[in-house]
Amino acid sequence: MLRYARLLGVQIRTSALTLLQYRLDFLTEGLLEVLWSATALVPLFVVFRARPEVAGWTFPEALLVVAWFTLLQGILEGAINPSLTSVVDHIRKGTLDFVLLKPADAQFLVSTARFQPWRATNVLTAGALFAYAFHRLGAPPRLGGIALAAGLLVVSTVLLYSMWILTVSAAFFVVRVDNLTFLFGSVFDAARWPSSVFRGIVAFVFTFVVPLSLMTTYPALALLGRLRPSTLVVALAVGAAFAALSRAVWVRALGRYTSAGG
Amino acid sequence: MNAVAARVRAVPTLLRIGFSEAVAYRAELLVWILSSTMPLIMLALWTAVARDAPVGRFGQRDFTAYFLATFIVRQVTGAWVSWEMNWEVRQGTIAARLLRPMPPMVAYAAETLAAIPMRLVIALPVAGIALAITGGRVLPHDPRMWASFAVSLAGAWGIAFLASFGVGCLAFYFESSIKVMDLYLVLFFVLSGYLFPMELLPATFREIADWLPFRYQIGLPVEILTSAVAPREAAVLIARQWGFVAVLFGIAVGLWRGGLRRFAAYGG
Repeated sequence: MLRYARLLGVQIRTSALTLLQYRLDFLTEGLLEVLWSATALVPLFVVFRARPEVAGWTFPEALLVVAWFTLLQGILEGAINPSLTSVVDHIRKGTLDFVLLKPADAQFLVSTARFQPWRATNVLTAGALFAYAFHRLGAPPRLGGIALAAGLLVVSTVLLYSMWILTVSAAFFVVRVDNLTFLFGSVFDAARWPSSVFRGIVAFVFTFVVPLSLMTTYPALALLGRLRPSTLVVALAVGAAFAALSRAVWVRALGRYTSAGG
Repeated sequence: MNAVAARVRAVPTLLRIGFSEAVAYRAELLVWILSSTMPLIMLALWTAVARDAPVGRFGQRDFTAYFLATFIVRQVTGAWVSWEMNWEVRQGTIAARLLRPMPPMVAYAAETLAAIPMRLVIALPVAGIALAITGGRVLPHDPRMWASFAVSLAGAWGIAFLASFGVGCLAFYFESSIKVMDLYLVLFFVLSGYLFPMELLPATFREIADWLPFRYQIGLPVEILTSAVAPREAAVLIARQWGFVAVLFGIAVGLWRGGLRRFAAYGG
């Protein structure tokens, strides 16, 4: 366990050193991230210009969902995406061999290979959105709500990571999987709206197949003090189930790896 | 003159090759199409907004028609040439294109156009659903409006392709050129009518959007198809749209010529 913690430290240091070579990127990427977050806000303004309330959500409440979405996007694109995108490359070129030869768990190694801290601008944007939303609401969140939301944040991160591992595992079966990452992103985009907006089959998919509502809507509800604490137990169970599933699929998929030339 | 005729004769072949490529990579294409389902999410959102009362002139049915039309127009006007060019310039493989007796711009255009039939395989059932839901009520009855729709769709494709091609040319000039495409997409999302009908924006922003190309890339064909603009207004907007096509064409050709002079293929 201690060995893996040390290994994580080494991996993060390598990422940081690599990044220092691309300082201009840090600035431009950060700026672009802020702009992308703004595109998420414009429809929100347009919608709430037409209505004071949509599907039971007022503007500041919906803003909490967007803030939560932005926060998760920061985690996804800063800590999860970069590493796992390179796995797809490794599989295609056959360089996964070098990872497999190392005396540590392959999933751990590939998942911690790269971090892109400029995406942290998303985390800062999320912070600003949270602050503004609670300013508009006129009351800060309760401590219980924050604790509940923090628990859900852990679950969401595990869920995002597990779904990513599932997507990447597909790369062992289909060669060109780089655009699956786009698909993943565009599905995740739906999470910027409160889940009560969706009805019928879409609502079913986003609750049970890809648990988007658990990632952004529930934490927002928790901060508003409208979520029962027992929900966290269910969420933890879902997170654990997804993690176990993705691990099982990864191990199976790795068994199909035949190196390059295949 | 002969050279031009030979090039024109080669275009159908290029289209056939592009079509075969689209068929060969159909799984990938399907994923791309599924990735551009944003209008369908916006459809769910806006129909929820209009559940109790219409927003402006838009009831639930109008929003359904609007966003299904948006989905279709987006499919037909999809262009990814900037990423492809960026990749080819970095890898040096664009050199192979330069050797062929065909202007690369035409070849890229043919590739982009040739993917449309495969995209329509997905888009047309969606159009069928749209027709069934809205009962064809919003569709134009005047054949002239159908003609305007065709012209505006061609113009929208032109803007999408030329903008993408122009950004692709920037790969000759600086390394992180693909970020310009990101910037273009940010503005496109907000100012094209992709996420919400332009009518719902405050007047000042609509005025700004009218003088930028984005609105003519999605909003205009969709508005004509859903009978949101009167024939005379449509004619004015189409004229402006083709103005943008001409300007973008000039910029794209200029960037291409200048870029080519700077280009030195990487060894490999």
